Amino acid sequence: MSPVLADVLQVSALIAALALVHRPLGDYMARVYSSTRHLRVERWIYRCVGADPDAEMRWPAYLRSVLAFSAVSVLFLYLLQRVQDKLPLSLGFKPIDPDQAFNTAASFVSNTNWQSYSGESAMSHVTQTAGLAVQNFVSAAVGMAVAIALVRGFTRARTGELGNFWADMVRGTVRILLPVSALAAVVLVATGAIQNFAGFHEVHTLSGATQDIPGGAVASQEAIKDLGTNGGGFFNANSSHPFENPNGFSNLLEIFLLLVIPFSLPRTFGTMVGSAKQGYAIVAAMGAIWFAGVVAVTVTEFQHPGTAAQLAGGAMEGKEQRFGEGASSLFSVSTTMTSTGSVNSFHDSFSGLSGGVLLLGMMLGEIAPGGVGSGLYGMLVMAVVAVFVSGLMVGRTPEYLGKKIGPREIKLAACYILITPALVLGGTGLAMALPDGKEAMTNIGAHGFSEVLYAYTSGSNNNGSAFAGFGADTPFFNTTIGLCMLLGRFLPMVFVLALASSLAKQTPVPVTAGTLRTEKPLFTGMLVGAILIITGLTFFPALALGPLAEGLA
Amino acid sequence: MNTSVRNTGRLLSAAFRALLVLTVVCGVIYPLVITGIAQGAFHDKANGSVVKADGRDVGSRLIGQSWNERGGRKPDPKYFQGRPSASDYDPRNSGSSQLGASDPKLVGMVRKARKQVADFNGVPQSRVPKDAVTGSASALDPAISKKYAALQVDRVARANRLSTGTVRRLVSEHTAGRTLGFLGEPTVNVLELNLAVRRAAARG
Repeated sequence: MSPVLADVLQVSALIAALALVHRPLGDYMARVYSSTRHLRVERWIYRCVGADPDAEMRWPAYLRSVLAFSAVSVLFLYLLQRVQDKLPLSLGFKPIDPDQAFNTAASFVSNTNWQSYSGESAMSHVTQTAGLAVQNFVSAAVGMAVAIALVRGFTRARTGELGNFWADMVRGTVRILLPVSALAAVVLVATGAIQNFAGFHEVHTLSGATQDIPGGAVASQEAIKDLGTNGGGFFNANSSHPFENPNGFSNLLEIFLLLVIPFSLPRTFGTMVGSAKQGYAIVAAMGAIWFAGVVAVTVTEFQHPGTAAQLAGGAMEGKEQRFGEGASSLFSVSTTMTSTGSVNSFHDSFSGLSGGVLLLGMMLGEIAPGGVGSGLYGMLVMAVVAVFVSGLMVGRTPEYLGKKIGPREIKLAACYILITPALVLGGTGLAMALPDGKEAMTNIGAHGFSEVLYAYTSGSNNNGSAFAGFGADTPFFNTTIGLCMLLGRFLPMVFVLALASSLAKQTPVPVTAGTLRTEKPLFTGMLVGAILIITGLTFFPALALGPLAEGLA
Repeated sequence: MNTSVRNTGRLLSAAFRALLVLTVVCGVIYPLVITGIAQGAFHDKANGSVVKADGRDVGSRLIGQSWNERGGRKPDPKYFQGRPSASDYDPRNSGSSQLGASDPKLVGMVRKARKQVADFNGVPQSRVPKDAVTGSASALDPAISKKYAALQVDRVARANRLSTGTVRRLVSEHTAGRTLGFLGEPTVNVLELNLAVRRAAARG
């Protein structure tokens, strides 16, 4: 079988698997967030927290809970890294430096998982499992909670109440993320991923050298890292490390885990608003952009432009033999477009044009399909904008799902959209203007600029993947990228929750002959168009300086 | 003012308790349960798929190693060689070269590797496959392509005084197709193949 045919089959199998679970998982998640019953373990958690899970929250209260929980998480994770040498299972590693500990704490709490450290040579077992892996669960659950609060804004009327943050976050963790991760972790161990609490195991090789085989609770962390679209690898090599991703099957399973919740949440949305078709319109827009990205990167990597790749006869630099070009391209697009940022191959060594597509995938704002939760709310904000633009074209008051899109709604959506470009372009500009930025590039010229642009894009959009040649562990980058990650995560949530409240307070308007039908393919096309135009206009100049200049050189 | 400070304090303390209890659930119970299942059901795999020879551990079948001559920096002709590695197969230091596809430094590395592989195996440079001249992502790639294995058969057979037929058979025994027939790429596991070659050479 030719590599191209195998790759076509592989992509088809992935799409089939995602389609198969779309309805059951989406409906299950809708039930989880709508149910009035509490599981026994959940009641126990609420008692420990001292929260009443049935108390409705208005948007300021919901937001305060999100921020309080995240602030405490940043602090806890920071302290854990600073004292890791005094805790058990430290493997002899030193405490993490303050700037890097802040960067890592901000990174994992904001669901970014940008890593300026190298896992196997810095983080103790306790930091990894009780610190980083815990944030993999809860930061994902926070994203889903905010998305569900926005959906409630569409389903509720004449109320400012958006649900209870503690209930939403705990249910997301206990009923969705934990069971799926546990299952996936066991399957990953069966393929060869390691799961132990041992240190390095020294072996003597046949050629008389020694080699330190690492240990760690890898499979359990790998499963949630992908499922929660986090992306922070146990090892520096992330999902290209054979202990994280041993073969072709584990690779496809990991890609499936990245995509499964973001692609199923539109069904949850459709079910909750009472029209499955509204969900299909959203998932179609996500799927179209994702698929276009997969095709673009796969074709480019198989053609392997670039002088070094041409000389080598293929684009295998930074790729594993067991994955090859096809499975690496599929993983790279899926990870950048879901805000995951784990990698099974190193994006820095992809051809210039592929690197540009991966960058663009992040610049779209992580909505195709985006991170768990953040993908859905980002896409719904874009849908609000698309409805507004369509309304202007035909001269009618725009409305979406019976809610009027007035000045307040559109202002909130516009603020949401402006945050990440401001952070990306501001951060990149600052880094290029100061000597710190230029010193960190491993590559020269356009590719070096792409590295810096990629870093701020990845941080501000909460992706976390890197053109990793970039020497990110400096106080300047740790601090500025850390701030970009926190602002890029939590400022948009402010506007999403305010928007949710403003929608929930409205009285729904009845559907008439003049209502824009947002469940039709025409609207999906409008939505994709709006996304591309907004992103294109914002980022084209920056892309032209980096990947486009490199690709056309 | 006082009530808002008190409310903020109460909220932060609730948040802290929530984090602690979720740390117990997701950061202690979850990994321990998975470790228990993994150690019980997949003991070898959960501990790194360690390979033994002559009664001692010689590596992991999932982690590549360098096959240099004893104590030297030169590749050992008796063994199949793996892919170039950015960290010389040090598992404490995984990761790739990070060089862009048009980087002049990478061009130089590819050119050098091509000449080295061609000279070492006594074949024309045009026959050297892509995986032989490019570094993997993890720097620990345990596998090479079928083409790269085939290219090394003559040299390994000569160095071990084995027939090329025997070595070719060993290569095909240690070649794995795509997982389930279509996932990923076919691989030849270098460590297992070299162990088999060594056993065959010892038998004579």
